[in-house]
Amino acid sequence: MSKSPDHPEHDFPEARRWHDMGGDAAGPVPNDQHDFALWEKRVDALMILGSARGHFTVDGLRRCLEDMGEKAFEEMTYYERWVASVNQNFIEAGVYTLEELGAKMEEVKARGDTYGAAQNA
Amino acid sequence: MPHDHYDHHHLSPSGHPYREDNDAPLSYWQTMEIAIREIMIEKGEFTAAEVNAQIEAMDARNPTNGAKVVARAWDEPSFKAALLADGSKATREMGFDIGPMNLVAVENTEDTHNVIVCTLCSCYPRNLLGLPPDWYKTREYRSRTVKEPRKVLAEFGVDLPEATTCRVHDSTADMRYIVLPARPAGTEGWSQEQLAELVTRDSMIGTGLPKVPG
Amino acid sequence: MLEAGAQVRIRDMSPPGHIRTPHYLRGKTGVIERALGPYENPEQRAYCLPAPEKQLYRVRFSMRELWGDEAETPDDTLDAEIYEHWIDTHAA
Repeated sequence: MSKSPDHPEHDFPEARRWHDMGGDAAGPVPNDQHDFALWEKRVDALMILGSARGHFTVDGLRRCLEDMGEKAFEEMTYYERWVASVNQNFIEAGVYTLEELGAKMEEVKARGDTYGAAQNA
Repeated sequence: MPHDHYDHHHLSPSGHPYREDNDAPLSYWQTMEIAIREIMIEKGEFTAAEVNAQIEAMDARNPTNGAKVVARAWDEPSFKAALLADGSKATREMGFDIGPMNLVAVENTEDTHNVIVCTLCSCYPRNLLGLPPDWYKTREYRSRTVKEPRKVLAEFGVDLPEATTCRVHDSTADMRYIVLPARPAGTEGWSQEQLAELVTRDSMIGTGLPKVPG
Repeated sequence: MLEAGAQVRIRDMSPPGHIRTPHYLRGKTGVIERALGPYENPEQRAYCLPAPEKQLYRVRFSMRELWGDEAETPDDTLDAEIYEHWIDTHAA
């Protein structure tokens, strides 16, 4: 197998995907910590229950997170990325349609401007 | 229910109130979470009670569970042997609900220090220790720990002697890892409850050491 | 089935997709630390496809092998879980 002189370990540098970051140089480990919000815990629960129902695997969730790309990793919060991935997996599994989701999201949005107000009364 | 029973007066596992975000402007992703949850409940996939039960189960998992496991391993040589041989079996037999998790315990000794990382995502023994700290999921921790673990540990205040071998474990597949820290000197005769007080979350990830007695 | 102590080389290939063999280990030589048993292949599981079981191993590498002259402490080690189809049994 031929090796590029610039990248003796691998033939194609672009073949290494963004999430595969072991060994990269980076700055000091940040030590800020936040407590999980209720909506984040609910995303976590949706992930566990959806998986328990056999609609997807943790690998399917990770596959979507990886495919969302580096920009999503940098700009979205952890549970924003996870809810996007959970949704993608539910859609792929045919559990609900985009039309159902779209209509429900409009209904939720119409209830109020805050997370608390948008809950089903 | 604009104020359901989780917000404001419940404490998170770290002992702090949940972030009070119910009054912040509704985001696209929060809208999606509510919508998915309601669709799933309407379709009979699961119930609202099951969602709440899942949250409660996750909240009940926290580093004090791991501390009890470590303290017992320090106190009972036969349990320590069982834990190192099959971490999942030993913790289940202690009564912890770790689900299907495969747990591997790695032991710190006088000349060996272990540290856990997941470079590809952020795998963590959440079914025993609860959700991972934020830093565990950062690019900085994931990238650097496999190449310069000693520099990373120093940032956490752990300075490894040169003679100590550092063993890094990249959690790449189906196993989850817990470090069994070395038992601190000066704890002879202590009860497991007393010992557990010395065991910190970070000491079970390998980025910390147990508290020093006294 | 490989036994603990066997020397192995990780395959150096780069298909796209959900892969649990980090790049920094590809092409590197290590030693089987322990055999973990059969687990479903995550590369198939990621797409909800039938996922035949593969043997999974913990493989130990020296930092010297992984990073060469850049190693922080060459005799420190790195353990990772590697599925059998990423192990090149002919090259070790």
